[in-house]
Amino acid sequence: MYDKGKIILGLVIFVVIFTTPFWWNAGVAKPVPQIELPKKEKYCVDAKDYMRTSHMVLLNNWRDSVVRNGNRIYEADDGRKFNMSLTNQCLSCHDSKAKFCDRCHNYLQVAPYCWDCHVIPPEPKEK
Amino acid sequence: MRGIKRRDFIKIAGISAALGLGGKTAFELIAPGRLDAAEEVPNAAAFKAKHWGMAIDLRKFKDASQVKPIVDACHLTHNVPAIPTKQDIKWIWATGFDHAFTHKTHVLIAETEMKDKPILVLCNHCENPPCVRVCPTKATFKREEDGIVLMDFHRCIGCRFCMGACPYGSRSFNFGDPREYLKEGKPTNPDYPTRTKGVVEKCNFCAERLAVGKIPACVEAAGPGQMLFGDLTDPRSEIRKALRERYSIRRKPYLGTRPSVYYLV
Amino acid sequence: MLEKALTGSRTYWSWLVILAAILGAGFIAYLYQFHYGLKVTGMNRDVTWGFYIAQLTFLVGVAASAVMLVLPYYLHHYKAFGRITILGEFLAISAVTMCGLFVFVDLGQPQRVMNLILHPTPNSILFWDFLVLNGYLVLNAVIGWVTLQAERKGLPPAPWIKPLIILSIPWAVSIHTVTAFLYCGLPGRGFWLTAILAPRFLASAFASGPAALILLGLLVRKFTKFDPGKEAIQTLGKIVTYAIILNLFFLSLETFTVFYSQIPDHMDHFIYLYAGLHGHATLVPWMWASAFFGLAAVAILVFPKLRAREGVLALACGLVFVCTWIDKGMGMIAGGFIPNPLHEVTEYIPTFPELLITLGVYGVGALILTVLYKVAIGVKEEVES
Repeated sequence: MYDKGKIILGLVIFVVIFTTPFWWNAGVAKPVPQIELPKKEKYCVDAKDYMRTSHMVLLNNWRDSVVRNGNRIYEADDGRKFNMSLTNQCLSCHDSKAKFCDRCHNYLQVAPYCWDCHVIPPEPKEK
Repeated sequence: MRGIKRRDFIKIAGISAALGLGGKTAFELIAPGRLDAAEEVPNAAAFKAKHWGMAIDLRKFKDASQVKPIVDACHLTHNVPAIPTKQDIKWIWATGFDHAFTHKTHVLIAETEMKDKPILVLCNHCENPPCVRVCPTKATFKREEDGIVLMDFHRCIGCRFCMGACPYGSRSFNFGDPREYLKEGKPTNPDYPTRTKGVVEKCNFCAERLAVGKIPACVEAAGPGQMLFGDLTDPRSEIRKALRERYSIRRKPYLGTRPSVYYLV
Repeated sequence: MLEKALTGSRTYWSWLVILAAILGAGFIAYLYQFHYGLKVTGMNRDVTWGFYIAQLTFLVGVAASAVMLVLPYYLHHYKAFGRITILGEFLAISAVTMCGLFVFVDLGQPQRVMNLILHPTPNSILFWDFLVLNGYLVLNAVIGWVTLQAERKGLPPAPWIKPLIILSIPWAVSIHTVTAFLYCGLPGRGFWLTAILAPRFLASAFASGPAALILLGLLVRKFTKFDPGKEAIQTLGKIVTYAIILNLFFLSLETFTVFYSQIPDHMDHFIYLYAGLHGHATLVPWMWASAFFGLAAVAILVFPKLRAREGVLALACGLVFVCTWIDKGMGMIAGGFIPNPLHEVTEYIPTFPELLITLGVYGVGALILTVLYKVAIGVKEEVES
């Protein structure tokens, strides 16, 4: 190999820089976030596991239904009816965005831009 | 020659990448995601019409003070910011006869009652809307069941082609973050979203109010008989009655846009 | 062949560094605009398209002008253009790339640009503009690269390139026609609602593009060992002459229709541009300057003896370029929006961030052009030695 020394040195430097997030943060990982569930309701619009993995899919479907089809009422599998609104339905139960939505989103460095438009209800007062 | 030729390597890599990307896309497109018709339930309380229209009775408007509560009702209900520059946003506003009816005006109009009369102008929800024709993403679209021309703020890319196409100047663009011009960044109506920078907006005939059985905010705030709102296809509706009994005009009818907003003269 | 761009004189590298600096400044200005929104520009509720889209409109014309070299050479075997078609094709690549960038910096939600592909809308001309501009970019990239590669090897290019080259001829006309269609189908804009808009755009394109090619050809002759050839330059000069005459003729046709018919809706835009309306007259000196430059260019170019002197020809080409740039790049867009559909006047002046971003995009185009020309000239110098 030509320039063997330079190439191997370069590769080592590259690997070190590339794996920085891992070795820099070794041992200081934050604990998995604990989200506060609403006290008002026991069951969400859909099954917990589905909501955990696919709430954005549900919200996008709701968006198309409300904005493009003009239908605002969602009938869940068990017959319960919901108003397809992020602010007025989802956040009426999950009334603290900071203690629910943000906990996971911040942990995963996810910043959905929904809130640029959709109104965040004021945080509930501490009792 | 030993090994694979460079050209063949690139061809194989390219085809694999295309298949990989295409396969993933195809999978996502075919994967279930759309709501079934059974999951979307119509609201029995909603107001329904085959073709919503509005009639503004010009005889009932005498001075600018009558217009303010109407404009405020709309803008407050929809969190429309009050921007003091030329990059402003307005869904409904009042202007003079010369500006509202640029082709019907003449010098002697100034000698009539039309001289200082405030004429409310807004999106006309045309039957043949040029804005819908030009939108490259269908972010602005006409709802076939009731004729309202709506905006999907999630899809708008902010190209502003629709603003160029509108012959009435009804559309506004969010040049900056609209929340900067709301008091303390808070919406005036927390039940309705704001918009974000970079999307176009306009009057939506209060589709979200009609969906729960309420009349448009401007019509509600207007004085008796000032603004009529109803189904233009229903011959027994109040608006059709008024259009039968009184002469009415529309803005720029010769353009073939077929506006749904009539002005009773 | 890209390796030809990696070796060069001090002048070459200094030029690239300057372009990188301009590009960088523009990029930072764009980050500022991306953060705060388009409110940092001079655009407003009435004039919703401004400098960015004006540059797009102008550069689509420059891009289309590659056809002025390709058509005579490939359809009519005009040998003198054979050596320089690559310069036209590479100019087209640079121009179309800038067009795409100008659209991108003009979007309110550029991160959603994929919606154009996810939700195709054939009734929207913007959808077709997106397709034809990108198609033209690919066409020219493939044609330019394949023919240059073949020239380097001393072989005729692969036969499948010929249909692509023939395709690029109507495609070049189509890119500017579709861009004109963006404007001339809008019912509320009397300034643009004219069938002659597309021909006007094309005439302006075939004046500005070949004028740019002449100036670039002369620069190439000055800075490299490659000479485009006196005959090629002269023929391009004839094309510029006819095109600028046609451009000014079309403008006078518009003026006649508008003012003889005395229809206020159409007259108002011309009055705003050339005399000022309701006291607003920002563009008036620019429009008259454009008309003067155009007429001066014609006065020089009609005389073959003046055209034959390359210094004079270069001056005339500069005049043509500035004339068409002002006409399309400043007057065309603002003129269509002023007065607005309610006959109100809101003027438009680009702001400093807007101009910096524009300069940055031109920097990108100049960089692409420099690199591609370096490759092309490098190959030609290699072949001709």
